[in-house]
Amino acid sequence: MSNLTNSAKPLGMVVEKPGMLSLIHDLGRFGQHNIGLTTGGPLDPHAFKTANKLCQNSLNDSAIEITVGGLELISQIDTVISVTGAALPFTINGIEHPQWQTIAIKQGDHIAFGFVSSGLRAYLAVKGGFNVTPMFGSTSTVTREGIGGIDGAKLKQGQLLECSSHDECMQLKASHVPSYDSAITLRVILGYQQDAFTQVQKRHFFSSEYQVSESFDRMGYRLQGQAIKPSIDGILSEGICLGAIQIPANGQPIILMNDRQTIGGYPKIGSVLSIDLAKLAQCGQGASIKFAQITMEDAHNLLHLEQANIELNSVEPIEKLLN
Amino acid sequence: MKVSVAGENSFIIYFADHACAEVSAQVQQACTLLKESLGNVLIDLIPSYASLLVIYNPMQTDGSHVQHKINASLSNLSNSQNTSGKLVTLPVYYSEESGADLAELAKRANLSINEVIDIHQQGEYRVYAIGFAPGFAYLGEVDERIAAPRLSSPRLKVPKGAVAIADRQTAIYPAQSPGGWNLIGSCPMSMFDADAQPSMPVEVGDIVKFKAIDREQFFSLGGEL
Repeated sequence: MSNLTNSAKPLGMVVEKPGMLSLIHDLGRFGQHNIGLTTGGPLDPHAFKTANKLCQNSLNDSAIEITVGGLELISQIDTVISVTGAALPFTINGIEHPQWQTIAIKQGDHIAFGFVSSGLRAYLAVKGGFNVTPMFGSTSTVTREGIGGIDGAKLKQGQLLECSSHDECMQLKASHVPSYDSAITLRVILGYQQDAFTQVQKRHFFSSEYQVSESFDRMGYRLQGQAIKPSIDGILSEGICLGAIQIPANGQPIILMNDRQTIGGYPKIGSVLSIDLAKLAQCGQGASIKFAQITMEDAHNLLHLEQANIELNSVEPIEKLLN
Repeated sequence: MKVSVAGENSFIIYFADHACAEVSAQVQQACTLLKESLGNVLIDLIPSYASLLVIYNPMQTDGSHVQHKINASLSNLSNSQNTSGKLVTLPVYYSEESGADLAELAKRANLSINEVIDIHQQGEYRVYAIGFAPGFAYLGEVDERIAAPRLSSPRLKVPKGAVAIADRQTAIYPAQSPGGWNLIGSCPMSMFDADAQPSMPVEVGDIVKFKAIDREQFFSLGGEL
């Protein structure tokens, strides 16, 4: 949209190559389930928030979720960026740079991402955030709905991602940099139709090892392993929360992620802790998944600790090299 | 009524084990009560046929506090009040060219095409839930005579505006999408417009009626086939 009072041309970064799936996100779209809109938002909010934190942004500022890799950008401005999440080669003008810290960018720099070696989704934040007009209160892109981001779609070649000039560099303390394992335990709060699963079925569920199947995306992760059976076939369609574990007729769990449909009619045994969904989101086909039960009180304590972990003291200025 | 934990930030309230207008009215009433009592701790509400998912902000409060508020608010829920929202009349161009399954549905129901159209038009349908896709409203219940099971193989592309039946539910597809419902006509009105305020012509609890229009009216109202 043109701005009549300001004739300055908007500047930012131009998409040279969009990669496999690069999406603009803020923390997600809330308060819109009543019209059928899902949440969206970064699948690994821990890495997303850390990218913003490093740029000294608001945690909700718009950044890019890069799935698998391949994104290339040309900067039209001097600014500061940070890359977090999945490990992937990340170069500026062909020279490799580290993740989990900010990097100064000069006008004309070519920023390129290779493909992930550990984890699945990386995050690129820019100081001040990308300037994207929110839809229904959020910039998060949900391609299934055609809502958010730029025209409700993944990034395309030639697009300008508006952002502004900045400097000053920060890094995440080394002890806070996560490792992305392909064998994880997801903590589960029992709920929904848990009474429809016998003690034996629950024991199977919590003592078995599942694998991520070939079918996983931003809507849901289908697992395969020990089938578990509820005593009921289906239920009247009802609201689905983030992380809900659906058990369809074949007994193979489906974990519902950020882009899930808002209502559905499969029995659910409970829901995965959001902090652990971020770890699952970094897993691909074949990853090994186990479940462990926690109480809602434990979950809330963990959420508060997670917030403190991101908010407090994890980011420090990079010491300037004196020579 | 039963309140169960759904996830780290949500409770689900079950009002009954079946769907009917009275239960739907209770769900709707509960939405209003909980918006008031939970205030800014409330993030989202998902009303459905006989349940209500309540999503709150766990950084601002704890679960037992929310559960207490839910129980306290819903003790004021009345059984007798059969509230419904506004009445919305939507035009539909019923035909074989706009409703690919109309002839087949009529044949299976042992009715003429015109009888199917009349029966569908005579009903008053309640919005029981909104979901599946932005703006997709589940309307119920259609007359048993025109109820029809979902297609055994869903279509990859159901056109925007398609008016359809699945079992005793009916709906309008707000945008082109995959779908397995039986198509009987097309509605030229937009069911979801991100730029409009409100973005949907209906909300849960509203009553929808359908009114048959002819081909010419359909196109003049902006309909597309």
